[in-house]
Amino acid sequence: MIEIEGVARTFPGARGRSPTRALEPVRLSVARNDFVTILGPSGCGKSTLLRIVAGLDEATEGQVRLPSGPVTGPGPDRGMVFQSYTLFPWLTVAENIAFGLREKRMPKAERAEIVAFYVDKVGLRGFEGHHPRQLSGGMQQRVAIARALANDPAVLLLDEPFGALDNQTRSLMQELLLKIWEDDRKTVLFVTHDIEEAIFLGSRCVVMTARPGRVKADIPIGLPHPRLYKLKTAPEFMALKERLTEEIREEAIKAA
Amino acid sequence: MKARRARALRARTTAMTAPTAPRSALRRAMRPLRPASPAMRVGLGLAFFVLFVALWALATFGGLVSPFFLADPFTMLQEGWLLFTRFGFIGDIGITVWRVFGGFILAGLVAVPLGILMGAYKPVEAFLEPFVSFARYLPASAFIPLLILWAGIGETQKLLVIFIGAVFQIILMVAGAVGGTRRDLVEAAYTLGATDGGVVRRVLIPAAAPQIAEILRLVLGWAWTYVIVAELIGSSAGIGHMIVDSQALLNTGQIIFGIIVIGVIGLISDTAFKALNRRLFAWSLA
Ligand SMILES: Nc1ncnc2c1ncn2[C@@H]1O[C@H](COP(=O)(O)OP(=O)(O)OP(=O)(O)O)[C@@H](O)[C@H]1O
Ligand SMILES: [Mg+2]
Repeated sequence: MIEIEGVARTFPGARGRSPTRALEPVRLSVARNDFVTILGPSGCGKSTLLRIVAGLDEATEGQVRLPSGPVTGPGPDRGMVFQSYTLFPWLTVAENIAFGLREKRMPKAERAEIVAFYVDKVGLRGFEGHHPRQLSGGMQQRVAIARALANDPAVLLLDEPFGALDNQTRSLMQELLLKIWEDDRKTVLFVTHDIEEAIFLGSRCVVMTARPGRVKADIPIGLPHPRLYKLKTAPEFMALKERLTEEIREEAIKAA
Repeated sequence: MKARRARALRARTTAMTAPTAPRSALRRAMRPLRPASPAMRVGLGLAFFVLFVALWALATFGGLVSPFFLADPFTMLQEGWLLFTRFGFIGDIGITVWRVFGGFILAGLVAVPLGILMGAYKPVEAFLEPFVSFARYLPASAFIPLLILWAGIGETQKLLVIFIGAVFQIILMVAGAVGGTRRDLVEAAYTLGATDGGVVRRVLIPAAAPQIAEILRLVLGWAWTYVIVAELIGSSAGIGHMIVDSQALLNTGQIIFGIIVIGVIGLISDTAFKALNRRLFAWSLA
Protein backbone atom coordinates (compact mmCIF):
# COMPACT_ATOMS: atom_id res chain seq x y z
CA MET A 1 0.00 0.00 0.00
CA ILE A 2 2.78 2.45 0.98
CA GLU A 3 6.29 1.87 -0.31
CA ILE A 4 8.89 4.06 1.34
CA GLU A 5 11.87 3.63 -0.99
CA GLY A 6 15.13 4.90 0.44
CA VAL A 7 13.65 8.15 1.70
CA ALA A 8 16.24 10.49 3.24
CA ARG A 9 15.98 14.11 4.32
CA THR A 10 18.65 16.70 4.98
CA PHE A 11 17.62 20.17 6.13
CA PRO A 12 19.85 22.92 4.77
CA GLY A 13 21.71 24.80 7.48
CA ALA A 14 20.54 28.31 8.20
CA ARG A 15 23.07 31.07 7.46
CA GLY A 16 26.32 29.19 7.14
CA ARG A 17 25.52 26.58 9.75
CA SER A 18 26.05 22.98 8.74
CA PRO A 19 22.99 21.16 7.33
CA THR A 20 20.96 18.79 9.55
CA ARG A 21 20.68 15.19 8.47
CA ALA A 22 17.26 14.24 9.87
CA LEU A 23 16.72 10.91 8.11
CA GLU A 24 19.11 8.34 6.71
CA PRO A 25 17.62 6.39 3.79
CA VAL A 26 14.56 4.57 5.14
CA ARG A 27 13.06 1.56 3.42
CA LEU A 28 9.67 0.43 4.62
CA SER A 29 6.75 -1.34 3.06
CA VAL A 30 3.32 -1.03 4.63
CA ALA A 31 0.68 -3.55 3.60
CA ARG A 32 -2.97 -2.68 3.11
CA ASN A 33 -4.96 -2.75 6.37
CA ASP A 34 -1.78 -2.80 8.41
CA PHE A 35 -1.40 -0.73 11.58
CA VAL A 36 2.28 0.19 11.73
CA THR A 37 3.61 2.09 14.71
CA ILE A 38 6.86 4.00 14.36
CA LEU A 39 8.75 4.23 17.63
CA GLY A 40 11.81 6.40 18.16
CA PRO A 41 13.46 8.88 20.50
CA SER A 42 12.68 12.57 20.25
CA GLY A 43 14.25 14.30 17.26
CA CYS A 44 14.95 11.12 15.30
CA GLY A 45 12.95 12.22 12.27
CA LYS A 46 9.59 10.51 12.91
CA SER A 47 7.58 13.60 12.09
CA THR A 48 9.79 14.28 9.09
CA LEU A 49 9.16 10.78 7.70
CA LEU A 50 5.41 11.07 8.23
CA ARG A 51 5.31 14.52 6.63
CA ILE A 52 7.09 13.16 3.58
CA VAL A 53 4.50 10.38 3.27
CA ALA A 54 1.77 13.03 3.65
CA GLY A 55 3.41 15.08 0.90
CA LEU A 56 3.93 18.07 3.19
CA ASP A 57 7.71 17.78 3.00
CA GLU A 58 9.98 16.60 0.20
CA ALA A 59 12.54 13.82 0.46
CA THR A 60 16.06 14.80 -0.57
CA GLU A 61 16.61 11.21 -1.71
CA GLY A 62 14.25 8.36 -2.56
CA GLN A 63 10.51 8.49 -2.89
CA VAL A 64 7.22 7.32 -1.42
CA ARG A 65 5.06 5.23 -3.71
CA LEU A 66 1.32 4.63 -3.38
CA PRO A 67 -0.89 2.40 -5.57
CA SER A 68 -1.84 5.59 -7.40
CA GLY A 69 1.81 6.50 -8.08
CA PRO A 70 4.63 8.39 -6.37
CA VAL A 71 3.71 11.03 -3.79
CA THR A 72 4.14 14.55 -5.16
CA GLY A 73 2.07 16.51 -2.66
CA PRO A 74 -0.62 16.28 -0.02
CA GLY A 75 -3.99 14.81 -0.93
CA PRO A 76 -7.24 13.58 0.58
CA ASP A 77 -6.16 9.97 0.07
CA ARG A 78 -3.81 10.38 3.07
CA GLY A 79 -5.54 11.79 6.12
CA MET A 80 -3.33 13.22 8.81
CA VAL A 81 -3.67 13.93 12.53
CA PHE A 82 -0.97 16.27 13.79
CA GLN A 83 1.14 16.41 16.92
CA SER A 84 -0.22 19.92 17.64
CA TYR A 85 -3.90 20.85 17.79
CA THR A 86 -4.87 21.84 14.26
CA LEU A 87 -8.64 22.19 14.31
CA PHE A 88 -9.84 25.30 12.52
CA PRO A 89 -10.73 27.55 15.47
CA TRP A 90 -13.42 29.49 13.56
CA LEU A 91 -15.38 26.34 12.69
CA THR A 92 -17.57 24.28 14.99
CA VAL A 93 -16.89 20.62 15.65
CA ALA A 94 -19.37 19.61 12.93
CA GLU A 95 -17.95 22.10 10.44
CA ASN A 96 -14.42 20.93 11.16
CA ILE A 97 -15.38 17.34 10.47
CA ALA A 98 -17.15 18.40 7.28
CA PHE A 99 -14.17 20.44 6.01
CA GLY A 100 -12.89 17.86 3.53
CA LEU A 101 -16.41 16.89 2.46
CA ARG A 102 -17.22 20.49 1.56
CA GLU A 103 -14.01 20.68 -0.42
CA LYS A 104 -15.32 17.67 -2.40
CA ARG A 105 -18.59 19.60 -2.95
CA MET A 106 -20.62 16.86 -1.35
CA PRO A 107 -24.32 17.76 -1.01
CA LYS A 108 -25.37 19.05 2.38
CA ALA A 109 -27.63 16.17 3.42
CA GLU A 110 -24.99 13.57 2.69
CA ARG A 111 -22.41 15.63 4.54
CA ALA A 112 -24.60 15.89 7.63
CA GLU A 113 -25.05 12.12 7.66
CA ILE A 114 -21.31 11.43 7.58
CA VAL A 115 -20.61 14.08 10.20
CA ALA A 116 -23.21 12.59 12.54
CA PHE A 117 -21.71 9.13 12.05
CA TYR A 118 -18.20 10.23 13.02
CA VAL A 119 -19.37 12.50 15.84
CA ASP A 120 -20.95 9.39 17.32
CA LYS A 121 -17.92 7.28 16.61
CA VAL A 122 -15.59 9.53 18.60
CA GLY A 123 -18.17 10.02 21.33
CA LEU A 124 -18.81 13.73 20.91
CA ARG A 125 -22.57 13.83 20.46
CA GLY A 126 -23.87 17.06 21.95
CA PHE A 127 -20.67 18.95 21.10
CA GLU A 128 -21.35 19.43 17.37
CA GLY A 129 -21.91 23.17 17.77
CA HIS A 130 -18.91 23.81 20.04
CA HIS A 131 -15.84 25.67 18.88
CA PRO A 132 -12.40 24.10 19.42
CA ARG A 133 -11.48 26.48 22.23
CA GLN A 134 -14.43 25.11 24.21
CA LEU A 135 -13.01 21.57 24.06
CA SER A 136 -10.37 19.79 26.10
CA GLY A 137 -7.21 18.59 24.41
CA GLY A 138 -8.47 15.01 24.22
CA MET A 139 -11.73 16.12 22.65
CA GLN A 140 -9.87 18.24 20.12
CA GLN A 141 -7.77 15.28 19.03
CA ARG A 142 -10.90 13.15 18.75
CA VAL A 143 -12.38 15.74 16.44
CA ALA A 144 -9.12 15.79 14.48
CA ILE A 145 -9.37 12.00 14.05
CA ALA A 146 -13.02 12.27 13.00
CA ARG A 147 -12.12 15.04 10.57
CA ALA A 148 -9.46 12.87 8.94
CA LEU A 149 -11.70 9.78 8.84
CA ALA A 150 -14.74 11.59 7.44
CA ASN A 151 -12.77 12.11 4.25
CA ASP A 152 -12.48 8.32 3.94
CA PRO A 153 -8.74 8.31 3.18
CA ALA A 154 -6.97 5.14 2.04
CA VAL A 155 -4.22 5.82 4.58
CA LEU A 156 -4.38 7.42 8.00
CA LEU A 157 -1.21 9.13 9.27
CA LEU A 158 -1.02 9.96 12.96
CA ASP A 159 1.86 11.94 14.45
CA GLU A 160 1.88 11.49 18.24
CA PRO A 161 -1.78 12.49 18.36
CA PHE A 162 -2.03 11.73 22.09
CA GLY A 163 1.39 13.06 23.02
CA ALA A 164 0.05 16.08 24.89
CA LEU A 165 -2.63 14.21 26.86
CA ASP A 166 -2.53 12.91 30.40
CA ASN A 167 -2.15 9.17 30.98
CA GLN A 168 -5.79 8.29 31.65
CA THR A 169 -7.11 10.24 28.68
CA ARG A 170 -4.36 8.81 26.54
CA SER A 171 -5.39 5.22 27.43
CA LEU A 172 -9.01 5.91 26.61
CA MET A 173 -8.03 7.50 23.31
CA GLN A 174 -5.89 4.49 22.43
CA GLU A 175 -8.85 2.19 23.02
CA LEU A 176 -11.07 4.44 20.95
CA LEU A 177 -8.62 4.52 18.04
CA LEU A 178 -8.11 0.78 18.22
CA LYS A 179 -11.85 0.20 18.14
CA ILE A 180 -12.20 2.45 15.10
CA TRP A 181 -9.43 0.54 13.37
CA GLU A 182 -10.87 -2.85 14.27
CA ASP A 183 -14.15 -1.72 12.68
CA ASP A 184 -12.84 -0.77 9.26
CA ARG A 185 -9.13 -1.65 9.16
CA LYS A 186 -7.69 1.35 7.41
CA THR A 187 -3.99 1.39 6.64
CA VAL A 188 -2.44 3.31 9.50
CA LEU A 189 1.00 4.80 10.11
CA PHE A 190 1.23 5.87 13.74
CA VAL A 191 4.20 7.77 15.15
CA THR A 192 4.90 7.69 18.88
CA HIS A 193 7.67 7.67 21.44
CA ASP A 194 5.54 5.72 23.93
CA ILE A 195 6.46 2.04 23.98
CA GLU A 196 3.18 0.77 25.45
CA GLU A 197 1.24 2.76 22.90
CA ALA A 198 3.31 1.33 20.07
CA ILE A 199 2.62 -2.26 21.20
CA PHE A 200 -0.99 -1.84 22.20
CA LEU A 201 -2.06 -0.26 18.92
CA GLY A 202 0.21 -1.74 16.32
CA SER A 203 0.19 -4.94 14.33
CA ARG A 204 3.81 -4.12 13.62
CA CYS A 205 6.29 -1.83 15.30
CA VAL A 206 9.17 -0.12 13.52
CA VAL A 207 11.91 1.15 15.84
CA MET A 208 14.05 4.03 14.62
CA THR A 209 17.55 4.99 15.66
CA ALA A 210 18.51 8.33 17.17
CA ARG A 211 19.10 11.15 14.67
CA PRO A 212 19.78 10.71 11.87
CA GLY A 213 16.93 8.20 11.91
CA ARG A 214 17.12 4.80 10.30
CA VAL A 215 14.99 1.69 10.75
CA LYS A 216 16.64 -0.19 13.59
CA ALA A 217 14.17 -3.02 14.11
CA ASP A 218 10.90 -4.13 12.61
CA ILE A 219 8.93 -6.19 15.10
CA PRO A 220 5.59 -7.90 14.38
CA ILE A 221 3.11 -7.54 17.23
CA GLY A 222 1.20 -10.80 17.14
CA LEU A 223 -1.32 -9.92 19.83
CA PRO A 224 -4.87 -10.94 18.89
CA HIS A 225 -7.71 -8.49 18.22
CA PRO A 226 -9.94 -7.19 19.69
CA ARG A 227 -7.50 -5.87 22.27
CA LEU A 228 -8.67 -4.58 25.61
CA TYR A 229 -6.76 -2.39 28.04
CA LYS A 230 -6.20 -5.44 30.28
CA LEU A 231 -3.82 -6.68 27.62
CA LYS A 232 -1.29 -4.14 28.84
CA THR A 233 -0.53 -6.30 31.85
CA ALA A 234 -0.51 -9.66 30.04
CA PRO A 235 2.79 -11.60 29.90
CA GLU A 236 3.05 -11.51 26.07
CA PHE A 237 2.65 -7.75 26.21
CA MET A 238 5.29 -7.49 28.92
CA ALA A 239 7.74 -9.56 26.89
CA LEU A 240 7.34 -7.27 23.89
CA LYS A 241 7.63 -4.25 26.09
CA GLU A 242 10.87 -5.50 27.56
CA ARG A 243 12.32 -6.16 24.16
CA LEU A 244 11.33 -2.76 22.76
CA THR A 245 12.53 -1.02 25.90
CA GLU A 246 16.00 -2.47 25.31
CA GLU A 247 15.97 -1.38 21.66
CA ILE A 248 14.80 2.14 22.35
CA ARG A 249 16.96 2.64 25.43
CA GLU A 250 20.19 2.37 23.46
CA GLU A 251 18.92 5.03 21.10
CA ALA A 252 17.66 7.32 23.82
CA ILE A 253 21.10 7.24 25.42
CA LYS A 254 22.64 8.26 22.09
CA ALA A 255 20.10 11.03 21.61
CA ALA A 256 20.46 12.48 25.11
CA MET B 1 19.23 39.86 70.69
CA LYS B 2 16.11 38.14 71.84
CA ALA B 3 14.00 41.22 71.16
CA ARG B 4 15.36 41.49 67.67
CA ARG B 5 14.49 37.92 66.87
CA ALA B 6 10.99 38.40 68.25
CA ARG B 7 10.51 41.46 66.06
CA ALA B 8 11.73 39.60 63.02
CA LEU B 9 9.35 36.78 63.80
CA ARG B 10 6.45 39.18 64.17
CA ALA B 11 7.36 40.83 60.88
CA ARG B 12 7.32 37.47 59.19
CA THR B 13 3.95 36.46 60.59
CA THR B 14 2.36 39.77 59.58
CA ALA B 15 3.80 39.30 56.10
CA MET B 16 2.16 35.90 56.00
CA THR B 17 -1.22 37.18 57.07
CA ALA B 18 -0.95 40.29 54.87
CA PRO B 19 -3.46 39.14 52.20
CA THR B 20 -6.31 39.38 54.72
CA ALA B 21 -5.28 42.76 56.13
CA PRO B 22 -7.45 45.72 55.00
CA ARG B 23 -4.52 47.50 53.34
CA SER B 24 -4.12 44.60 50.96
CA ALA B 25 -7.15 45.41 48.76
CA LEU B 26 -5.05 47.88 46.81
CA ARG B 27 -2.09 45.51 46.74
CA ARG B 28 -4.27 42.76 45.33
CA ALA B 29 -5.81 45.02 42.70
CA MET B 30 -2.34 46.09 41.60
CA ARG B 31 -1.04 42.58 40.90
CA PRO B 32 0.47 42.52 37.40
CA LEU B 33 -2.07 41.47 34.73
CA ARG B 34 -4.83 40.95 37.28
CA PRO B 35 -8.13 41.88 35.58
CA ALA B 36 -10.15 44.78 37.00
CA SER B 37 -13.86 44.33 37.71
CA PRO B 38 -16.26 46.04 35.24
CA ALA B 39 -17.42 48.50 37.93
CA MET B 40 -13.85 49.44 38.72
CA ARG B 41 -13.02 49.91 35.05
CA VAL B 42 -15.95 52.26 34.43
CA GLY B 43 -15.34 54.14 37.67
CA LEU B 44 -11.64 54.66 37.09
CA GLY B 45 -12.18 55.52 33.42
CA LEU B 46 -14.70 58.22 34.32
CA ALA B 47 -12.50 59.44 37.17
CA PHE B 48 -9.83 60.52 34.77
CA PHE B 49 -12.30 62.57 32.71
CA VAL B 50 -13.47 64.24 35.90
CA LEU B 51 -9.89 64.94 36.93
CA PHE B 52 -9.14 66.37 33.50
CA VAL B 53 -12.12 68.73 33.52
CA ALA B 54 -11.33 69.74 37.10
CA LEU B 55 -7.79 70.72 36.18
CA TRP B 56 -9.08 72.61 33.16
CA ALA B 57 -11.64 74.45 35.31
CA LEU B 58 -8.96 75.24 37.87
CA ALA B 59 -6.67 76.68 35.20
CA THR B 60 -9.38 78.82 33.57
CA PHE B 61 -11.61 79.88 36.50
CA GLY B 62 -8.55 80.28 38.72
CA GLY B 63 -7.18 82.82 36.27
CA LEU B 64 -4.01 80.86 35.56
CA VAL B 65 -4.73 81.06 31.82
CA SER B 66 -6.21 84.05 30.04
CA PRO B 67 -9.67 83.38 28.51
CA PHE B 68 -8.20 84.79 25.32
CA PHE B 69 -6.16 81.59 24.89
CA LEU B 70 -8.31 79.00 26.57
CA ALA B 71 -12.06 79.18 27.24
CA ASP B 72 -13.39 77.76 30.49
CA PRO B 73 -15.62 74.64 30.44
CA PHE B 74 -18.85 76.65 30.82
CA THR B 75 -18.11 79.02 27.96
CA MET B 76 -17.18 76.01 25.89
CA LEU B 77 -20.57 74.37 26.54
CA GLN B 78 -22.41 77.62 25.82
CA GLU B 79 -20.54 78.08 22.55
CA GLY B 80 -21.29 74.49 21.72
CA TRP B 81 -24.99 75.06 22.29
CA LEU B 82 -24.84 78.10 20.02
CA LEU B 83 -23.06 76.09 17.36
CA PHE B 84 -25.93 73.61 17.23
CA THR B 85 -28.81 76.08 17.54
CA ARG B 86 -27.54 78.96 15.40
CA PHE B 87 -24.80 77.74 13.11
CA GLY B 88 -26.12 74.39 11.93
CA PHE B 89 -23.17 72.46 13.40
CA ILE B 90 -25.03 69.18 13.01
CA GLY B 91 -24.65 69.60 9.24
CA ASP B 92 -20.87 70.03 9.63
CA ILE B 93 -20.71 66.90 11.72
CA GLY B 94 -22.72 64.97 9.13
CA ILE B 95 -20.42 66.04 6.31
CA THR B 96 -17.27 65.14 8.23
CA VAL B 97 -18.63 61.75 9.21
CA TRP B 98 -19.61 60.97 5.64
CA ARG B 99 -16.13 61.98 4.39
CA VAL B 100 -14.42 59.77 6.96
CA PHE B 101 -16.56 56.73 6.22
CA GLY B 102 -16.58 57.35 2.46
CA GLY B 103 -12.80 57.58 2.21
CA PHE B 104 -12.31 54.76 4.68
CA ILE B 105 -14.69 52.37 2.91
CA LEU B 106 -13.12 53.12 -0.48
CA ALA B 107 -9.67 52.44 0.98
CA GLY B 108 -10.90 49.21 2.60
CA LEU B 109 -12.50 47.97 -0.63
CA VAL B 110 -9.21 48.40 -2.47
CA ALA B 111 -6.77 47.52 0.29
CA VAL B 112 -8.26 44.42 1.92
CA PRO B 113 -8.35 42.29 -1.27
CA LEU B 114 -4.89 43.52 -2.28
CA GLY B 115 -3.54 42.78 1.19
CA ILE B 116 -5.01 39.27 1.08
CA LEU B 117 -3.45 38.65 -2.33
CA MET B 118 -0.08 39.91 -1.08
CA GLY B 119 -0.22 37.84 2.07
CA ALA B 120 -1.23 34.67 0.24
CA TYR B 121 0.89 34.86 -2.90
CA LYS B 122 4.53 35.70 -2.30
CA PRO B 123 5.30 36.83 -5.89
CA VAL B 124 2.51 39.42 -5.59
CA GLU B 125 4.07 40.49 -2.32
CA ALA B 126 7.52 40.74 -3.88
CA PHE B 127 6.01 42.88 -6.65
CA LEU B 128 4.03 45.31 -4.49
CA GLU B 129 5.55 45.30 -1.03
CA PRO B 130 8.54 47.62 -1.67
CA PHE B 131 6.35 50.25 -3.31
CA VAL B 132 3.61 50.08 -0.70
CA SER B 133 6.16 50.29 2.13
CA PHE B 134 7.54 53.42 0.48
CA ALA B 135 4.11 54.92 -0.17
CA ARG B 136 3.03 54.30 3.39
CA TYR B 137 5.51 56.88 4.62
CA LEU B 138 4.23 59.59 2.28
CA PRO B 139 2.24 61.86 4.57
CA ALA B 140 -1.33 62.11 3.34
CA SER B 141 -1.53 65.74 4.40
CA ALA B 142 1.37 66.66 2.12
CA PHE B 143 -0.75 65.54 -0.81
CA ILE B 144 -3.46 68.08 -0.05
CA PRO B 145 -2.04 70.90 -2.20
CA LEU B 146 -1.54 68.48 -5.07
CA LEU B 147 -5.00 66.98 -4.65
CA ILE B 148 -6.57 70.45 -4.62
CA LEU B 149 -4.80 71.08 -7.92
CA TRP B 150 -6.11 67.83 -9.38
CA ALA B 151 -9.54 67.52 -7.87
CA GLY B 152 -10.42 71.01 -6.64
CA ILE B 153 -11.67 71.59 -3.13
CA GLY B 154 -14.76 69.43 -3.46
CA GLU B 155 -15.63 66.12 -1.86
CA THR B 156 -13.39 64.10 -4.20
CA GLN B 157 -10.33 65.79 -2.75
CA LYS B 158 -11.39 65.11 0.85
CA LEU B 159 -12.11 61.46 0.13
CA LEU B 160 -8.77 61.11 -1.66
CA VAL B 161 -6.82 62.46 1.31
CA ILE B 162 -8.35 59.83 3.56
CA PHE B 163 -7.97 57.18 0.89
CA ILE B 164 -4.25 57.89 0.51
CA GLY B 165 -3.76 58.04 4.25
CA ALA B 166 -5.48 54.71 4.85
CA VAL B 167 -4.99 52.50 1.82
CA PHE B 168 -1.28 51.69 2.09
CA GLN B 169 -1.43 51.10 5.81
CA ILE B 170 -4.31 48.66 5.45
CA ILE B 171 -2.63 46.80 2.57
CA LEU B 172 0.57 46.19 4.52
CA MET B 173 -1.07 45.21 7.78
CA VAL B 174 -3.59 42.87 6.11
CA ALA B 175 -0.78 41.23 4.13
CA GLY B 176 1.07 40.70 7.40
CA ALA B 177 -1.96 39.20 9.09
CA VAL B 178 -2.72 36.82 6.21
CA GLY B 179 0.94 35.87 5.79
CA GLY B 180 1.15 35.05 9.48
CA THR B 181 -1.54 32.35 9.34
CA ARG B 182 -0.55 29.23 11.28
CA ARG B 183 1.26 26.93 8.86
CA ASP B 184 -0.10 23.79 10.51
CA LEU B 185 -3.69 24.88 9.77
CA VAL B 186 -2.76 25.34 6.11
CA GLU B 187 -1.12 21.92 6.06
CA ALA B 188 -4.13 20.33 7.73
CA ALA B 189 -6.35 21.81 5.02
CA TYR B 190 -4.13 20.38 2.28
CA THR B 191 -4.25 16.89 3.82
CA LEU B 192 -8.04 17.22 3.80
CA GLY B 193 -7.95 17.74 0.06
CA ALA B 194 -8.18 21.53 -0.10
CA THR B 195 -7.11 23.17 -3.36
CA ASP B 196 -4.87 26.27 -3.38
CA GLY B 197 -7.92 28.47 -3.87
CA GLY B 198 -9.70 26.57 -1.11
CA VAL B 199 -6.84 27.25 1.28
CA VAL B 200 -7.04 30.98 0.57
CA ARG B 201 -10.83 31.11 0.89
CA ARG B 202 -11.38 28.65 3.70
CA VAL B 203 -8.23 28.98 5.80
CA LEU B 204 -6.20 32.15 5.19
CA ILE B 205 -9.15 34.57 5.04
CA PRO B 206 -11.14 33.24 8.02
CA ALA B 207 -7.97 32.82 10.10
CA ALA B 208 -6.93 36.42 9.46
CA ALA B 209 -10.44 37.91 9.61
CA PRO B 210 -10.37 38.97 13.29
CA GLN B 211 -7.03 40.69 12.81
CA ILE B 212 -8.23 42.34 9.61
CA ALA B 213 -11.23 43.71 11.50
CA GLU B 214 -8.92 45.07 14.21
CA ILE B 215 -6.70 46.67 11.56
CA LEU B 216 -9.73 48.40 10.04
CA ARG B 217 -10.76 49.68 13.46
CA LEU B 218 -7.29 51.10 14.05
CA VAL B 219 -7.11 52.78 10.65
CA LEU B 220 -10.60 54.26 11.02
CA GLY B 221 -9.17 56.10 14.03
CA TRP B 222 -6.39 57.53 11.89
CA ALA B 223 -8.87 58.55 9.19
CA TRP B 224 -10.32 61.05 11.65
CA THR B 225 -7.00 62.85 11.83
CA TYR B 226 -6.69 63.04 8.05
CA VAL B 227 -10.20 64.38 7.54
CA ILE B 228 -9.73 67.28 9.93
CA VAL B 229 -6.43 68.22 8.28
CA ALA B 230 -8.12 68.07 4.89
CA GLU B 231 -10.92 70.29 6.17
CA LEU B 232 -8.56 72.82 7.72
CA ILE B 233 -7.29 73.57 4.23
CA GLY B 234 -9.70 74.67 1.52
CA SER B 235 -13.07 73.63 2.78
CA SER B 236 -16.48 75.24 3.18
CA ALA B 237 -18.08 72.80 5.59
CA GLY B 238 -17.19 70.19 8.17
CA ILE B 239 -15.88 70.19 11.73
CA GLY B 240 -12.38 71.19 10.61
CA HIS B 241 -13.79 74.10 8.65
CA MET B 242 -15.71 75.29 11.72
CA ILE B 243 -12.48 75.14 13.74
CA VAL B 244 -10.63 77.35 11.24
CA ASP B 245 -13.56 79.82 11.20
CA SER B 246 -13.56 79.98 15.00
CA GLN B 247 -9.85 80.64 15.05
CA ALA B 248 -10.39 83.71 12.86
CA LEU B 249 -12.94 84.89 15.45
CA LEU B 250 -10.62 83.98 18.37
CA ASN B 251 -13.42 81.77 19.74
CA THR B 252 -11.46 79.13 21.68
CA GLY B 253 -14.68 77.79 23.20
CA GLN B 254 -15.92 76.69 19.79
CA ILE B 255 -12.55 75.24 18.82
CA ILE B 256 -12.41 73.13 21.95
CA PHE B 257 -16.02 72.08 21.52
CA GLY B 258 -15.25 70.96 17.95
CA ILE B 259 -12.26 68.95 19.12
CA ILE B 260 -14.29 67.30 21.86
CA VAL B 261 -17.06 66.41 19.41
CA ILE B 262 -14.47 64.67 17.23
CA GLY B 263 -13.26 62.76 20.26
CA VAL B 264 -16.76 61.71 21.24
CA ILE B 265 -17.69 60.54 17.73
CA GLY B 266 -14.40 58.68 17.54
CA LEU B 267 -15.07 56.98 20.84
CA ILE B 268 -18.59 55.98 19.79
CA SER B 269 -17.55 54.55 16.42
CA ASP B 270 -14.59 52.77 17.99
CA THR B 271 -16.72 51.19 20.69
CA ALA B 272 -19.32 50.12 18.15
CA PHE B 273 -16.61 48.65 15.91
CA LYS B 274 -15.05 46.80 18.84
CA ALA B 275 -18.41 45.38 19.90
CA LEU B 276 -19.12 44.27 16.34
CA ASN B 277 -15.75 42.54 16.05
CA ARG B 278 -16.32 40.79 19.32
CA ARG B 279 -19.70 39.50 18.13
CA LEU B 280 -18.43 38.41 14.74
CA PHE B 281 -15.26 36.73 15.96
CA ALA B 282 -16.21 35.29 19.30
CA TRP B 283 -14.25 32.15 18.42
CA SER B 284 -10.95 34.04 18.46
CA LEU B 285 -11.31 35.38 22.00
CA ALA B 286 -9.34 33.53 24.61
N1 LIG C 1 12.06 22.63 9.08
C1 LIG C 1 13.20 22.18 9.63
N2 LIG C 1 14.36 22.83 9.42
C2 LIG C 1 15.50 22.38 9.95
N3 LIG C 1 15.62 21.28 10.69
C3 LIG C 1 14.51 20.58 10.94
C4 LIG C 1 13.23 20.99 10.43
N4 LIG C 1 12.30 20.11 10.83
C5 LIG C 1 12.96 19.19 11.58
N5 LIG C 1 14.28 19.46 11.64
C6 LIG C 1 15.30 18.66 12.35
O1 LIG C 1 15.11 17.33 12.00
C7 LIG C 1 15.22 16.48 13.12
C8 LIG C 1 14.03 15.55 13.18
O2 LIG C 1 12.85 16.31 13.46
P1 LIG C 1 11.44 15.63 13.65
O3 LIG C 1 10.48 16.71 13.92
O4 LIG C 1 11.16 14.76 12.49
O5 LIG C 1 11.69 14.76 14.97
P2 LIG C 1 10.66 13.82 15.74
O6 LIG C 1 11.21 12.46 15.69
O7 LIG C 1 9.28 14.02 15.23
O8 LIG C 1 10.79 14.38 17.22
P3 LIG C 1 9.65 14.51 18.35
O9 LIG C 1 9.40 13.15 18.91
O10 LIG C 1 10.29 15.40 19.37
O11 LIG C 1 8.45 15.11 17.71
C9 LIG C 1 15.33 17.37 14.33
O12 LIG C 1 16.61 17.23 14.88
C10 LIG C 1 15.15 18.76 13.84
O13 LIG C 1 16.13 19.59 14.37
MG1 LIG D 1 7.53 14.93 15.94
